[in-house]
Amino acid sequence: MTLAPHAPATPEPARPALTVRDLVVEFPVGRGQKVHAVSGVDLDLPAGRTLGILGESGCGKSTVGRALIQLPPPDAGTVRLGAEELTALGPEELRRARARIQIIMQDPVSALNPRRKVKDLVWEGPSIWGRAAADKDAEVDAILRSVGLDPATVRDRRPHELSGGQCQRVCIARALMLDPEVLICDEPVSSLDVSVQAQILNLLETTTRERGLSMVFIAHDVSVVKNVSDQVMVMYLGKVCEVLPSDGMHLAAVHPYTRLLLASLPEAQRGRSDALAHASASAEPAAVAAELPSPLDPPSGCRFRTRCPLATDRCAEEAPGLLEIAPGHRIACHHIESTRSLP
Amino acid sequence: MGLPERETVTSAPVPLLQATDVATVFRTPRGAMRAVDGVSLSLARGETLGIVGESGSGKSVLGRTLMGLITDGPETSVTGSVLLGGNDVHALTPAGRRTLWGTEVAMVFQDPMTSLNPVKKIGRHLSESVRLHLGLSRAESRDRAVDLLCQVGIPEPARRAGQYPHELSGGMRQRVVIAMALACGPRLLIADEPTTALDVTVQKQILDLLQSLGEELRMATILISHDLGTIAGRTDRVAVMYAGRLVEHARTAEVFDNPRHPYSRALIASIPHLDLSPHTLLPAIEGRPPNLLNPPAGCRFAPRCVVATDLCTTQSPALTGRAGDDTGGAVACHHPLGAAKEATV
Repeated sequence: MTLAPHAPATPEPARPALTVRDLVVEFPVGRGQKVHAVSGVDLDLPAGRTLGILGESGCGKSTVGRALIQLPPPDAGTVRLGAEELTALGPEELRRARARIQIIMQDPVSALNPRRKVKDLVWEGPSIWGRAAADKDAEVDAILRSVGLDPATVRDRRPHELSGGQCQRVCIARALMLDPEVLICDEPVSSLDVSVQAQILNLLETTTRERGLSMVFIAHDVSVVKNVSDQVMVMYLGKVCEVLPSDGMHLAAVHPYTRLLLASLPEAQRGRSDALAHASASAEPAAVAAELPSPLDPPSGCRFRTRCPLATDRCAEEAPGLLEIAPGHRIACHHIESTRSLP
Repeated sequence: MGLPERETVTSAPVPLLQATDVATVFRTPRGAMRAVDGVSLSLARGETLGIVGESGSGKSVLGRTLMGLITDGPETSVTGSVLLGGNDVHALTPAGRRTLWGTEVAMVFQDPMTSLNPVKKIGRHLSESVRLHLGLSRAESRDRAVDLLCQVGIPEPARRAGQYPHELSGGMRQRVVIAMALACGPRLLIADEPTTALDVTVQKQILDLLQSLGEELRMATILISHDLGTIAGRTDRVAVMYAGRLVEHARTAEVFDNPRHPYSRALIASIPHLDLSPHTLLPAIEGRPPNLLNPPAGCRFAPRCVVATDLCTTQSPALTGRAGDDTGGAVACHHPLGAAKEATV
């Protein structure tokens, strides 16, 4: 097997690549109502590390990813890329800063202009930045090779002539072309087949390692997120439930929602952890059966309380803040003590 | 292929479903595409079978061919036979096939929204088929609709029956689609990617529901999915498809614990699971599935296979062994894994 251990973590605290404070994104939907997509999210991404954002549809994970590159700018809160505060920049400065932070979208085929050839798609960023066309062929070929594509075969093709996995590689090449500091991946593998998914995950892993890239990896699949990330942030209905190191997260997770996600994981992805085998057997059925509340009118207090087996009156009155319970492990729950007794 | 005999299921002499050498070929302007190429399976009452494959492996086309939704015609050729409760699905007239649908076999599709008519109330979706097939009166069919919604775990079934599909969440809609499939008490339910469009927590609810309904109603189920996770632990047997053919067909635990086909093993190994420490490189399968318009000679997996030899590229391996056996089931490989474990990479 081609398994290789990751380089050991550097001991000294890393320089922050991305610092987000109190991010709020709301979308008006008429009649004075608004969707509370993201409500007060803090996020820290040290340089060279990967942060995984985990959650189900509607939890605001993609909105966070887009707000980081100011598409659209958040309604409140700050996003700092290195030392530069993106939320305070004017349009021209923001345009310059965006070259340092790139995004990869979920559906690789629709992310690419169907009329353009691969070489032009990959060169789009540099051409916007006025790079000389003389370097084009050599640089395009080099980047295509680095994402595992054969330049001679794909250079002159259009997206429809490529498979989904190949299109995703082209998207990654496009993002890398400007040599960014931060890469945001929004569900980059969820539209791909299992065997191709592994290829793309490996590519992201080796690329970030070789280039020292920082990455925000957004996905709904616990085992995928765990595999690529150093730190995992679990979101539910626009808020952060739990932030924890990915190593051993399936054993260390304490928030009832994280436990629910883990218990919902199909057997094949659980590995052989006995701790989870009994977790799913005794998962609270009431919590599992309930539906996601509307983000138009999220529940008061803790947003997970309507599905939580531990919910009490206090959860309805008071929103829990994130508390650090172990180094790098923070949780937003009023019942930290009782969560330990959860399956 | 022999009839799978299992201790737990006292199978009748004639299995519920017996498909022999089924091939579905689409005639396209660019040539004949053999989407399903010589698949044989059988299923006893109350048994569950998982069909696993990546996109383009022919698993959905197989499901539709078994049901008789894809038939011999000007643009398609279906050969082989599909016996469903003794009737050859593909020898029946279209009207004859329609009597089978709903009462003998029913299907649940991937996207619940497109399976429901947006301008028809939930209750009407359900009462329509029971009136047609079971000849119930209007009032009886309405009661039956509410019963069905109750059976699939929809709270407040009477109120939900009066609502339109857009008023329901994705998980609820898929429950309605399942209720529609169950309406006439089919003996075989074919679920084609029933949970792919749903969230993880909802996905588990729907799979649990399908499993409990199958057991309760003693209904045979075929679960088609690209996701090995949804199949593991939920089916009696698994058939792994690659490029239109069955490459392995065995009891579920056998396939997951002891895969004998190199493709099955590689597929299982490529799923990340929680025991792996972060940043582990996954053992990915290099390359991509073959073009079915022009599949490679011999074993179709040979170009991507780590144990392939010259024999594999010239001669196509037959599916040998019995799927119901305890001894590893059926596998189509010249160099099956298992006995020689040290041959693994």
